[in-house]
Amino acid sequence: MPIEVLMPALSPTMEAGKLAKWLKKEGDAVKSGDVIAEIETDKATMEVEAVDEGVLGKILIEDGSEDVKVNTPIALILADGEDESALEKGGAAPEKAEAQPAPKDETPAETEAKSDGKPASGPAKVESAAANPPAPEALPEPDVPEGTEMVMTTVRDALRDAMQEEMRRDDRVFLMGEEVAEYQGAYKVSQGLLDEFGKERVIDTPITEHGFAGVGVGAALAGLKPIVEFMTFNFAMQAIDQIINSAAKTLYMSGGQMGCSIVFRGANGAAARVAAQHSQDYAAWYSNVPGLTVIAPYTAADAKGLLKAAIRDENTVIFLENEILYGQQFPVPKLDDYVVPIGKAKIARPGKDVTIVAWSIGMTYALKAAEELAKDGIEAEVIDLRTIRPMDTDTIIESVKKTGRIVTVEEGWAQSGVGAEISARVTERAFDWLDAPVIRVSGKDVPMPYAANLEKLALPSVAEVVEAAKAVCYRD
Amino acid sequence: MAASAAKAAPKGETARATKTATPKPQRASKTAGRDKASAATSGGLSFSKEQELHAHREMLLIRRFEEKAGQLYGMGLIGGFCHLYIGQEAVVIGMQMAVEPGDQVITGYRDHGHMLACEMDPKGVMAELTGRRGGYSKGKGGSMHMFSVEKQFYGGHGIVGAQVSLGTGLAFANKYKKNGKVSLVYFGDGASNQGQVYESFNMAKLWKLPVVYVIENNKYGMGTSVERASSNTNLSQRGASFDIPGEQVDGMDVRAVKAAGDRAIAHARGGEGPYILEMVTYRYRGHSMSDPAKYRSKDEVQKMRETHDPIEQVRARLIKDGHASEDELKAVDKEVRDIVNAAAEFATNDAEPDPSELWTDILR
Ligand SMILES: Cc1ncc(C[n+]2csc(CCOP(=O)(O)OP(=O)(O)O)c2C)c(N)n1
Ligand SMILES: [Mg+2]
Repeated sequence: MPIEVLMPALSPTMEAGKLAKWLKKEGDAVKSGDVIAEIETDKATMEVEAVDEGVLGKILIEDGSEDVKVNTPIALILADGEDESALEKGGAAPEKAEAQPAPKDETPAETEAKSDGKPASGPAKVESAAANPPAPEALPEPDVPEGTEMVMTTVRDALRDAMQEEMRRDDRVFLMGEEVAEYQGAYKVSQGLLDEFGKERVIDTPITEHGFAGVGVGAALAGLKPIVEFMTFNFAMQAIDQIINSAAKTLYMSGGQMGCSIVFRGANGAAARVAAQHSQDYAAWYSNVPGLTVIAPYTAADAKGLLKAAIRDENTVIFLENEILYGQQFPVPKLDDYVVPIGKAKIARPGKDVTIVAWSIGMTYALKAAEELAKDGIEAEVIDLRTIRPMDTDTIIESVKKTGRIVTVEEGWAQSGVGAEISARVTERAFDWLDAPVIRVSGKDVPMPYAANLEKLALPSVAEVVEAAKAVCYRD
Repeated sequence: MAASAAKAAPKGETARATKTATPKPQRASKTAGRDKASAATSGGLSFSKEQELHAHREMLLIRRFEEKAGQLYGMGLIGGFCHLYIGQEAVVIGMQMAVEPGDQVITGYRDHGHMLACEMDPKGVMAELTGRRGGYSKGKGGSMHMFSVEKQFYGGHGIVGAQVSLGTGLAFANKYKKNGKVSLVYFGDGASNQGQVYESFNMAKLWKLPVVYVIENNKYGMGTSVERASSNTNLSQRGASFDIPGEQVDGMDVRAVKAAGDRAIAHARGGEGPYILEMVTYRYRGHSMSDPAKYRSKDEVQKMRETHDPIEQVRARLIKDGHASEDELKAVDKEVRDIVNAAAEFATNDAEPDPSELWTDILR
């Protein structure tokens, strides 16, 4: 029976692709490891390797075919000893043998979860972090003039633009981290920066987080303005001593003589299916530390404007990005110098019945929940916190005084989490306005599991936010 | 034809239970592998027929397993990060031919080969890759995080370099318990720049811990070549300032690996403290499944495959020395493919973990 070669997926997010080119023809011998074809997706070109040995008996999908669905048979391989007559017989129920995906182009090394936001295999993150949420009816930023052109931009590009603009503006600014230069960023956030600024200012480091974080802090103490990229914040745990003991505390310890103007940035929190050691949310950890500023943007505009502000800031800024948001597009004002103030929350959706506070990826749950709630006549006010420390408590309190109810949303753990802090502040300052206890929707109190079904359960969901909002409104 | 021999594992049967159903036929040669006397001399680079056959089959099992894992990834059955070991098979197989039962193994996230070499059940490994309940970590760990107390395999670690201190701690426990065991600590060229590696080296030498550090120098840490990451690219000398002996080994030649492993393990077991082996090897695939690997030329990869392939080397010798015929080797390939297909079948049909598993194993 001939073996079917199936259209492979480059990542679990790929559903279809173009069969760009066959590199073997019918009748050619193939052995496992041979590259037999090239396929293209919107993000990458990849090579298809044969796994089985034999002769390429029949090509089922021609060169140049577009939109070939994953798992479609693309060719038949005749095993040892079979001849063409097997093609006829085998047609009915040939064996399945998917070709190996061997990615070739443009897809970052560690980005199985990236960009298009489709769920990974199985239903992980289905309605949650994944799909683009409805565009928020954001109140305009105060400093965006009427009629400013808005350009749809991915969070990834917005971050790059921010670094590029600030590096052009101030030659003390430089970028260092693992794979930031030649590889163009493990998640392609630093694309093009090496070309423009050269290897003195865009620096690939060895895998030595504790060391290069310390080098960055030292350079900052000496007056430079480093941007230190952690491939993800999970790896910054190796470096957290230098971040807290050396960067955050020096200004104080030196009686104000010596500050540390540095940005530590990178992907924070869960991606998709990368398990316990690669999925942690550190917002609460860093927000505990005086001397640090902690930013966690959601939209591309905020990513750009806040990163520019962070780079200019005189202090140590922890800039928490999110891998799943990197590929999402948002309108960004086309302005020469778009800087968003640190420490200001934004009302992303006005409402009067219940306040929902979120930030970063948490906003996707919050906005979708607000949409759902609206169908039931509940008008949620969604606050995008944007900066975790210093926290814009006033904006939260003002909203709670209006709604009398509040739900917080975060992917991190609940205990001593950011939601816990918000709850404490609301209790301290708006206790008399509360009509219901504060509810925190958070990641479950477990390390992140790998299995698709368990990961989905471990993360917050839109349904949980809706349920919490209804609970504080005493509705069901 | 490959898949036709695959049998679905009976539903509900756990990975470990099925182990007995698929015994490895080459167990006897494993002992032969350890028996130094049975190896002819010529600089320790000669293998007996049994050793050659053993090495060939075990390396082939890893190769076929990894190819299948790549395939399942392509079908969306495996998610997240999946780092394949293709090209590096001789390292772990040669070392496992030098160990004694009870010696420990610990490594990073590129761990499938190490687990198979430790005789962990391919079904349990593959089912962990697909996140199913029959996986070694009940589906909770995935590709990067598997463990087996029974096989003394300590993981499966995602933080580059972390396993080096942990493996040193395993050696600390060996010395403390005076159990005569040696800990094998595998890490990459990239990992060899992490600070805790050197903190561990110092303690290991200071306290004469029975540990062998196996640096798998596959020339790249993700997209960064050794030359761009390391001031001194002779990684075998990374222990020099701690007086830890080290050698550079042809990690594509399983005989050279085994011979060096014998020396290093004897040193460690003999109470002399740590030993460093830099295995010069190569990974054929990208760093993880979606690494386009643009940082190296196709030629470079092709050359390695054609002239240094660890499995081809053994295969060619087996034929040349008249130790096996083409047909016999084909039969081995079929046997290995059957095992791998059965593992894939199991890993595809096994159920996802029960939702209640979300809340288990957090504390004892
Ligand atoms: C502390 C830490 N930093 C960064 C990473 C991301 N990362 C995963 S593997 C890897 C490259 C490691 O290369 P090497 O040690 O040579 O091992 P190889 O992948 O070649 O087997 C990097 C940078 C990580 N997992 N942990
Ligand atoms: Mg390497």
